[in-house]
Amino acid sequence: MKAIHKRDIAVDESESRVLLPRTRRRRRRLSSVERTLATIVWRTERAFYAEELARADGLLQHLDPRVKVCGLLLLLLDAALARNLPTIICVFAVALALALLSRVPLRTLAARAWLGAFLFTALIALPALFITPGRAAMRLPLLGWPLTEQGIQSALYLVARVETAVTLSLLLVLCTPWTHVLKALSSLGVPVVFVVILGMTYRYVFLLLQTAREMFESRQSRTVGALDGPTGRRLAAASAGVLLARTFQLSGEVYLAMQSRGFRGEVYTLDDFQMRRRDWLALAAFLLAAVALFWLGRRGFAPPSI
Amino acid sequence: MHIPDGYLSPETCAALYAAAAPFWYVALRRVRRMLNTRVVPTLSLFAALSFVIMMFNLPLPGGTTGHAIGVGIAAIILGPWASIITISVALLIQAVFFGDGGVTAFGANSLNMAVVGSLVASGVYRLLSARAPLGSTRRVVAAAVAGYAAINAAALCAGVEFGIQPRFFHDAAGAPLYAPYPLSVAVPAMLIGHLTLAGLAEMFITAGVVAYLQRTDSALLRLNTRATANSVEVARQSIWGAARPLWLALAALLILTPLGLLAAGTAWGEWGPQDFSDAQARARIASASGNQAPPAQAPAGLERLSHLWSAPMPDYAPPFLKSAAFGYLMSALFGAGLVILFFLLLGRLARAARGVG
Repeated sequence: MKAIHKRDIAVDESESRVLLPRTRRRRRRLSSVERTLATIVWRTERAFYAEELARADGLLQHLDPRVKVCGLLLLLLDAALARNLPTIICVFAVALALALLSRVPLRTLAARAWLGAFLFTALIALPALFITPGRAAMRLPLLGWPLTEQGIQSALYLVARVETAVTLSLLLVLCTPWTHVLKALSSLGVPVVFVVILGMTYRYVFLLLQTAREMFESRQSRTVGALDGPTGRRLAAASAGVLLARTFQLSGEVYLAMQSRGFRGEVYTLDDFQMRRRDWLALAAFLLAAVALFWLGRRGFAPPSI
Repeated sequence: MHIPDGYLSPETCAALYAAAAPFWYVALRRVRRMLNTRVVPTLSLFAALSFVIMMFNLPLPGGTTGHAIGVGIAAIILGPWASIITISVALLIQAVFFGDGGVTAFGANSLNMAVVGSLVASGVYRLLSARAPLGSTRRVVAAAVAGYAAINAAALCAGVEFGIQPRFFHDAAGAPLYAPYPLSVAVPAMLIGHLTLAGLAEMFITAGVVAYLQRTDSALLRLNTRATANSVEVARQSIWGAARPLWLALAALLILTPLGLLAAGTAWGEWGPQDFSDAQARARIASASGNQAPPAQAPAGLERLSHLWSAPMPDYAPPFLKSAAFGYLMSALFGAGLVILFFLLLGRLARAARGVG
């Protein structure tokens, strides 16, 4: 059987003939549809991986979710409040130790949090090295631009704080199933309506992601060559419109299903968390660490000059 | 636009949480009244939808691509209040679960994108589309402008939030502790990116969805127009009722205005001609301008034009008041009163023009 060449498919379609040479380039730029697909797949994979890791056998996984949420938030606050670099690095070290004890692979943290956050923040902080007013520490060899001490310090603050915060919030997600995070929120006083909306949203995010993926995949499989800009935009808007209409229909159906199961607007959650000795110990350790780091972070702090 | 943790000081974050809270409260109450027991499934599904739309990759003119937030669509289809809740929930899931935007900065992100974005989008859309038929091109244009304006308003808020950080939060040596750029850098940097690229993504998706729904499912476009008719009724019955927390928040902000006295020096670029001859003021201008000495004389144009208009309350303190803090408070009351009066008048004019009032 003669192998079908792409050129054979597209002989009569002038649009495709114009576009075909592009697809033959060795490194073709991804089309917007492919990029959207990649994002959707990446997000879904990431969420599934988190759910899997949350069932692993580690320190944080064994703790009561309420203790975990409180403890990690306190550490996050410490990192945000610290007014000197060593304290932020201490918080980062604590986060790192927690990750290792919870069997979160450092490679995962590096790939999912550190690298992206570093590149993004470093890019933002780069001009600050030069334009922050202060004492010049050194000059760039060729251009002669001064790097100020304050600028370097400020860039370090930003990068250290961002990396620490990203690590801590990733730890919470990687070591706690989402349902537990929600339950912890409701037992910590967040209004139940919000918690239920969050829970349902999370559940339907995956359904809609799947729907969107199927829509884009089917479109992609019917497309030869690349789409031009206006067509790509029309496609994105039309897909959003279709999803919107489906969502509306779905929300009606879900509501009817809920009603037929006796839903009358009130929401109850099953709260079966039990604080054990280990949890109390962990809570005490978190509190101790948080207070110590807070104290450390405020040392050497001078009020802003007025 | 999603502000991560570490860029804003905890104090700023707390203030922005507090600023967003009354909007969440009002929004939830309004939406509950409208949707009753439907509130949970409807809001959940639309929050999930906003989350998914935030992932759509849109090709932009010039070969780049961008992401939209979907706040324009949410505000137009669901109305501003439901949109505030759905976008906030989507942002929270993004922050907690996917690391887009910080946990401590969630209040700030919600205020910028969910609250300001929704209110601006819905206001602009209503203003421009007026009573145009559902299938008209005018509605598509209105949607485009609404999406574009909403994103840029949100970006402006984010820029201001970044820009005030170095002024208030720095260590003993003067190194900024959080976002390092002053207002003069942060605001243009945020706006240039959004006026050109991110704003276009939101513009295209908002207009595109409205145009698509006009062709296929115009009933969805009618949802909010009917809802607004109801809510306008409710609002007319009692201007105090549901908006009470907003009025209280406004009052709290007014009372806090003397905080402005804490700010050192003059805002960059807001100098008067006399500042150029005062040695202390000259030193402050120089230190705020990267150690560039200001010109010896006040610029001739500034000198000439500064006499054109003299404000009745120079520096927010009417001359007859001795206490600076009280003067600030009075100025705030006066200013806010003027703004409210202006909008009440505008509302009355608009109603008269439509022949409703």
